[in-house]
Amino acid sequence: MTLYLLCLALFCVGLYGVLRKRNLVKIIIGLGIMEYAMNLFFILLAYRYHGRSPIEAQDQQILQMVDPLPQALVLTSIVIGLAVTALVISIAIRIYEKYGTFDITEIKRLRG
Amino acid sequence: MPGANIIPLFVIIPLFTAFFISLIGRFIKSTYVDIVSGLSSFLLLIFSFWGLAILGRCPETALVYKIGGWLPPFGICMVLDGLSNFMLVTVNIIAFLVVIYSFNYMEKYTDKPKFYTLFFLMLTGMNGVIVTGDLFNLFVFLEIASISSYALVAFGTEAEELEASFKYAIMGSVASAFIFIGIAFLYGFTSTLNMADMARVLSAKPSNWAVPFVSVLFLMGFGLKSALVPFHAWLPDAHSSAPASISAMLSGVLIKTLGVYALARIFFNVIGASGTVLSVLMFLGALSMLVAVILALSQWDLKRLLAYHSISQIGYVVLGIGLGTPLGILGGLFHLFNHSIFKSLLFLNSGAIDYSARTRDLREMSGLRKKLPVTAGTNLIASMSIAGIPPLNGFFSKLIIILACVQKGHIGYALAAVIASVLTLASFMKVQKFAFLGPLKEKYQAIKEVPPAMKFAMVSLATICILGGLLLLPSFSFFLNNAVNVLSDGRDYALAVFGAVLK
Repeated sequence: MTLYLLCLALFCVGLYGVLRKRNLVKIIIGLGIMEYAMNLFFILLAYRYHGRSPIEAQDQQILQMVDPLPQALVLTSIVIGLAVTALVISIAIRIYEKYGTFDITEIKRLRG
Repeated sequence: MPGANIIPLFVIIPLFTAFFISLIGRFIKSTYVDIVSGLSSFLLLIFSFWGLAILGRCPETALVYKIGGWLPPFGICMVLDGLSNFMLVTVNIIAFLVVIYSFNYMEKYTDKPKFYTLFFLMLTGMNGVIVTGDLFNLFVFLEIASISSYALVAFGTEAEELEASFKYAIMGSVASAFIFIGIAFLYGFTSTLNMADMARVLSAKPSNWAVPFVSVLFLMGFGLKSALVPFHAWLPDAHSSAPASISAMLSGVLIKTLGVYALARIFFNVIGASGTVLSVLMFLGALSMLVAVILALSQWDLKRLLAYHSISQIGYVVLGIGLGTPLGILGGLFHLFNHSIFKSLLFLNSGAIDYSARTRDLREMSGLRKKLPVTAGTNLIASMSIAGIPPLNGFFSKLIIILACVQKGHIGYALAAVIASVLTLASFMKVQKFAFLGPLKEKYQAIKEVPPAMKFAMVSLATICILGGLLLLPSFSFFLNNAVNVLSDGRDYALAVFGAVLK
């Protein structure tokens, strides 16, 4: 249970970063933290106490094993997170070229 | 089942086209790139109509394709039922016409092959979301469509476009995070990811706190993707900054596929729509309808005005679906189809004005009817259609939604729908007055009507607007009724899918 609460805390740290920070790079870091927290949460769901990796071998019998499916899903999710981060970082660099600042309170040509 | 073999093609064709164009695009002339993209999207359109024919002929209500031959609870499957087919036809009509339109329109941007690559990746994601029968696979396709749309919004790389794209990307990623956590919870609760199997497991289990919690997460996530009112802040920026053909795709089909379709599919067919969720959906729909149309009234930027109207019209769709009665769902889905037609047309019109007169500000333009007759004519049809003037398609879907509200006893929501419709009319009269009527300004004496490909796309969409009401006639009504049946059957979706698997 403690682990889940810590995971939630990590998620909230990320969300705080996204919502409250003014620097574009810090917002992106917050997004990254959020993604780590949700991946961690999915892995935690699949964990069993004293479980081992689900690899079949000929001469041994597996009694307790962790659920392998979320591990595969989280790999996909990490790749998606990487794509989002790369895209957002490149947009942030172009924004810096245009506006000369990373501060979102000064980047507001769109309104209405 | 040989008919099911066409289902993966809806993902394979656009994905292959995207790959092919990005590989050879820089070595061939841009005319050939246009031809390849046009052919590919035309092929998708034909396949989506063919799917309609196959589904009409076979006795089951759903077709299932098992990827790699694995049986559904273990492998990923793709499902084609009435609702998927309805959405596929809608998406691919718009995609085909937008590709035709882009032949000329995208010439002012430098890199056409990259545009088509991103466009077809977005189409892959949307078609994938529609046909998939697996919840995690839905998330993956949703992210493919979202990421390519973030990039497409920033395609012009001007300051405003980058700013809008950044905002959209951050909001979209937060939405995806909520959806992902929702999926993780559902997996932990049911130990399966197949949507049909999940519906079966959930209806067998006693209800507990997990289902309402997951509902809230999905409501937030998909609400952000479909820009319902408390979550709408990104939409006016993103949709008005993108190139016009992309705005047409984003407003026309992306928010519906990723938002409304996924929301309806998960709530009705997987989780099972409870009364609470439905009343929240109705409330959000009515709120979006009213708030967005009031915000739209004061806009002077044509594309931003249209973007606010998208939020308002999505409100109608969500209100209709949220009623939960077959009549309400019929109205909601019909309005979804109609809105994707006339809103794409309006955005293409704004692109045509931008192409010829180089302005988006309503105060700048005046009397364009004399110089742009085709644009003005199609825009008049689309404006009347969105405002709900009788013979056009928008009237029938709004009428059905209002009737369904009255039938279920929600007089207040019916009144809200009428008021929003009147305000929409007011707002589009403003567009007509400032853009097309009045004296022609001196600086617009030399402008010319847009090239034939753009005219073709706009005239086709206007024709569908005029003929759209015919979909309610008995001989065509199977198209909508099959989609309505899927949603109103609720968790019997599982029976339909497993029945098709065992065949």
